[in-house]
Amino acid sequence: MTATFGRFLILASVLVSTTGAFIAYAAGAKRSPEGLRWSQRFAYAFAGLMVLATGVMEYALITHDFGVQYVAHVGSTQVPLWVTIVSLWSSLEGSILFWGFILGIYIAATTWVNRNEHQEYMPFAIGTWLSCGAFFSFLIAGPANPFLSVSPVPLDGPGPNPLLQNHLLMIIHPPMLYLGYVGMTIPFGFAAAALLRGRLGQSFLRPLRASLLLPWVFLTIAIMLGGWWAYEVLGWGGYWAWDPVENASLLPWLTATAALHSAIVMERRGVLKGWTVTLIQASFLLTILGTFMTRSGVFNSVHSFTQSSIGPTILVFLTAILLFSVILLALRIDSLEAEGRIESAVSREGMFLVNNLFFVVFTFTVLVGTVFPLVVEAIKGKQMSVGRPYFDAMVVPVGTALLFLLGVGPALPWGKTNRKEMLRALLPPLITGAIALIIGYAFGIRNAWTLVTLLFGGYAAHVTFAQMWLPLRQRLKKGDSFAPALIDAQLRRGRRRFGGYVVHAGAVIVFVAIAVSSTMRTQEEVTLARGQSTTFAGYAVTFMGTEERAEPHRQSTIARFNISKNGQPVTTMEPRMNQYAAMREPIGTPAVHSTIGRDYYLSIMNIQGDQVGLLIINMPMVGWIWGAVLLMGAGGLIALIPARRRTYVVVPESAPTIDDEAMA
Amino acid sequence: MTEPTASDAMRRKTRRFMIAAFAAAIAAFLVIAYGGISKNLVYYWTPTDLHAAGNKAYGATIRLGGMVAPHSVKGRNGVSGLEFDVKDATGIVHVKSSGVPPQMFRENIGVVVEGTMTRSGYFQCNRLMVSHNNEYRAPKAGHAVNKEELQKLMKSTEGLKD
Repeated sequence: MTATFGRFLILASVLVSTTGAFIAYAAGAKRSPEGLRWSQRFAYAFAGLMVLATGVMEYALITHDFGVQYVAHVGSTQVPLWVTIVSLWSSLEGSILFWGFILGIYIAATTWVNRNEHQEYMPFAIGTWLSCGAFFSFLIAGPANPFLSVSPVPLDGPGPNPLLQNHLLMIIHPPMLYLGYVGMTIPFGFAAAALLRGRLGQSFLRPLRASLLLPWVFLTIAIMLGGWWAYEVLGWGGYWAWDPVENASLLPWLTATAALHSAIVMERRGVLKGWTVTLIQASFLLTILGTFMTRSGVFNSVHSFTQSSIGPTILVFLTAILLFSVILLALRIDSLEAEGRIESAVSREGMFLVNNLFFVVFTFTVLVGTVFPLVVEAIKGKQMSVGRPYFDAMVVPVGTALLFLLGVGPALPWGKTNRKEMLRALLPPLITGAIALIIGYAFGIRNAWTLVTLLFGGYAAHVTFAQMWLPLRQRLKKGDSFAPALIDAQLRRGRRRFGGYVVHAGAVIVFVAIAVSSTMRTQEEVTLARGQSTTFAGYAVTFMGTEERAEPHRQSTIARFNISKNGQPVTTMEPRMNQYAAMREPIGTPAVHSTIGRDYYLSIMNIQGDQVGLLIINMPMVGWIWGAVLLMGAGGLIALIPARRRTYVVVPESAPTIDDEAMA
Repeated sequence: MTEPTASDAMRRKTRRFMIAAFAAAIAAFLVIAYGGISKNLVYYWTPTDLHAAGNKAYGATIRLGGMVAPHSVKGRNGVSGLEFDVKDATGIVHVKSSGVPPQMFRENIGVVVEGTMTRSGYFQCNRLMVSHNNEYRAPKAGHAVNKEELQKLMKSTEGLKD
């Protein structure tokens, strides 16, 4: 019954999205306001059906309705309620349904926000979104249908993949990633609308930029949560392995970040329109490519579920949107005419261009390294992968260059500048850079790349901080009192700009923390008998023994270690081995002792009687990464909060010393 | 507006120049990337593949997948000096490993070892992985695994690496 109702809802959404897409495109071509209203209704209807279908699935999961195939596949009466709820995205069919759910909400929300605005673009945008909606409805209705019936109805199911039950981060990481991935559909629709309409006017930049920034924030946080989860769960003491699925999430992030930057130049100078649109389309294409790579079983990892048949379908969709984008660009890019030009290479806008270049190189580096093994396997049938040294060797210089630009770019003024002004802007931050370098050296850092990262990082931190509070300082200089100046200059009028620099501040910390944590990491593998101790990186680790603990869904062996420093007890750490009913192999959960400066990480390799094989890792600054990425997300949100009312004031060319532009 | 002017011609020339520069940059990038990739390839081989590769195996990064041969494990309790044989239907390779083996490591289990072949005739393993597969399968003791299963096994250990 539930299964039948679910299937009905999905079929209805196929119909609604397809019809809606046709109506919307027709309305756009004929410029019919009536048609636009109808396409809006169809957009809401699509969202409603998706939300309802997801609700039905959640209901089936929570009530353990094993007559529904998906529930029979991932459900279990043995797992806690939270696991049951998040089971929605723990396997292929459910995750595609969840995709449709988020897509529906995005489409409805964006349609609602712009219901009375941008009428010349909206039909085309809605048409493009609903076309994507039609594809995903089709996927849910056909190759990845979660609502198939099972007969006879089983009494219980196996529960979701144990790796996903292992940590609470699993509740939050997948939805965040979906919000980022699916959200890229919205700017793609806007970009397609600009091309179809053959115009990209100043007023349309705001929804375009906002629709890109929101999924960017989600994706930023999702990537970090994925790394954090790997670090907390997988037990090898790292957060990034250049695994194909990790790369799949990074690729659209890189192009979206580039697009956010080129959009600023577009806004300020009226140039780079076609380029920005291209980057936005690339971001969307890369999310679909990522979905293909992670959901079709071409790569196997935590993320790829059992072999499925949706691969070819997604590949067809990928090809279709690639052709659509390329043809549209080829036909219409000339209509997005530049209204200005870039006058000087060594200027803010010049640095934006170089920034974009490096982001694109970064994207290609990762893309080539990720796709190469796939191509070789498809052509020669040989299996191989591209090793980590390739990525490290290629990405470290590009990343360092980006950090350099992060400092120099915002320090340079817009437009032409004379030499003296330029030096006055560029020289002072060098002092902070040098201080950072010396501090690092004093702490024993000798790796050349890390030292360079510290120099550039200190430089960028100086520039970012100075730029961040510039509006406030200018107000104070004019004699305004502190509190109103703070609120008005930073949070009300200069909010986009302020948010942008908060993102930059987070990025600087991330760069430094990644460099320091990866080059200063030390590790040791030891075997300890009960009562035995070892000393590593300043701590004495004593193995106190093991304890068994039974939980409904797993059996755990917990090893207890006393950690002490100079004879003084510091803490007790309890890494564990978990044995899940549905799995042959036990999965370890490492224990992490975090302090401000470093993480001390214990991971059990094996337990045999009274002996434990232990991996001990000492990683400085790694915790800073998580916090700094959250700061980046917060900055993005600050920049995103819409101004209460937009007013366009003509500002004389010579007047502005405060750039009211957003950084991102 | 419609008449082509000198500045239009200039713009076209700049554009052509920019496209040429862009193409050159892409070409240079591809050359560098290809060089970087070919130096850092990780081969997914079975013992049979490894023997077939001959001299290519020395020094190359290899993920060797197969079964731990029965009665071949030596030195299991120490930190270093673990030795065992990895075999498939037609080949066998002697492996030396220095790390602490994972909990599930034992005879007759599918493993993937990453490392390289040494001239002395053994495989130096830097990383020892046991399959983490979420599909429950009864262990097939003693059976020689077929190639397809091995490939699946090797893929399923991806993402659990250092």
